[in-house]
Amino acid sequence: MKMVVTAGTPGSGKTSVLMHVIRDLKRVGVKPALVKIDCLWTEDDTRFKRLDVPVAVGLSRDMCPDHYAIYNVEEMLDWAAEQNADVLLNETAGLCLRCAPYPDSCLAVCVIDVTTGPNTPLKVGPLLTTADAVVTTKGDLVSQAEREVFRERILEANPRCRIIEANGLSGKGSAELADLIRGWSDISGEMVLRHNPPLGVCTLCTGELRVAKDHHRGVLRHIDGFMEYTGE
Amino acid sequence: MKTLTLTIKGGSDKDGRADAVNEVEIVSGEIIGIVGPTGSGKSTLIADIEQFAQGDTPSGRSILIDGEEPEPTLRTDPRKKLVAQLSQNMHFLADMSVEDFLRMHAKSRGKNGDTANKVVELANTLTGEPINPGHPLTILSGGQSRALMTADIAVISDSPIVLIDEIENAGIKKKEALHLLAGEGKIVVVVTHDPMLALMASRRIVMKNGGMTKVISTTDQEHRVFLDIEKVDGWLTTLRETIRRGEVVVA
Repeated sequence: MKMVVTAGTPGSGKTSVLMHVIRDLKRVGVKPALVKIDCLWTEDDTRFKRLDVPVAVGLSRDMCPDHYAIYNVEEMLDWAAEQNADVLLNETAGLCLRCAPYPDSCLAVCVIDVTTGPNTPLKVGPLLTTADAVVTTKGDLVSQAEREVFRERILEANPRCRIIEANGLSGKGSAELADLIRGWSDISGEMVLRHNPPLGVCTLCTGELRVAKDHHRGVLRHIDGFMEYTGE
Repeated sequence: MKTLTLTIKGGSDKDGRADAVNEVEIVSGEIIGIVGPTGSGKSTLIADIEQFAQGDTPSGRSILIDGEEPEPTLRTDPRKKLVAQLSQNMHFLADMSVEDFLRMHAKSRGKNGDTANKVVELANTLTGEPINPGHPLTILSGGQSRALMTADIAVISDSPIVLIDEIENAGIKKKEALHLLAGEGKIVVVVTHDPMLALMASRRIVMKNGGMTKVISTTDQEHRVFLDIEKVDGWLTTLRETIRRGEVVVA
């Protein structure tokens, strides 16, 4: 079984790109199964179901969506195996730029929208810097020069990644991504995350609503950069 | 510059019928037009050339360089790219100054950052409203953006194949822009409805319903018409400049 984790900010085009990839994989006889992770609500599953592939949805509700995805990896893989799939495609909710929900042996794909401007690749963090492939979308809305500058910025942040220029409307680039998926190795052994998530459990996680400093415990960072531990 | 042959191998139109033109060969130094009504597939053909389609785009066309399938890195790596494109997009979205942007673009193409000043200088010969290198890209007018994109292609991209989509809407000196882009011995493919630009080309591909229906070679009579349009265009440009300078037009 191969596993592909697709992350990227909301609206970047993850679903549209994956829809084209599913068509390309099916065309060459590869069987994908898709798990869409979201927080509160999604209707992406109805879009995927039109392609006649096994689709499951996971809503993380009160749990962090990336933590939820990581916690449920075994269930997702077991489910995909029951569907006789060759590839598990996991589309993340794509909210937090600090987390990178990529286990080490999966194919990690970061989808990023070119119209967000060339400073974005520097802001995205581990979501982009630990990805194997960075898929750029909406490039048809900017000039070639701007696409090339964006590409250069991605390479500054992640020099080893493979950049795929895609278009969720026309399907450009999806064949290249499908090819990369087919050539990727199967997952094996115990999987480990590529990057550490943010530090520890915080008071917000346990339900604190009050804003002021006095009410917060844990490993905390002040706006001037000073970090301290407050608590027992 | 080394001579290069670009071959467009026909695919199919929107209804899946084969292109009536099954092959077009273009050699360095030629300006070729693409004409046809809105929605006839002109931009699709340009996109096929830009990404060196290999039967993997909706049109099913293939693009060959010197008679062969181009190697994959030619499709994606800007340092090796043979194609520069001036698209219909008239505005920049990048939140950077003109100079920083040009320096970054030069770097992505493996060029010296100092070429940035040359780009601005050249762009200012194409537009009536001067561009300041310190300005944010996003405040440039449509004409300034187009002039900057044109000069960027001539200086930084400097690729042997140049694709132009609808230069006439730009509010810049179009004949100068086309000459600048054509450079020496480049292949220029220009999508246009503008009679002057269309007749500056030696041939034009006619598009209909997504397909390439025929190739027209510019006739001698058309060339004579071109020379007349050129005079009229020169006159209009002079009038526009007179008005811009706040002077009175004399009959």
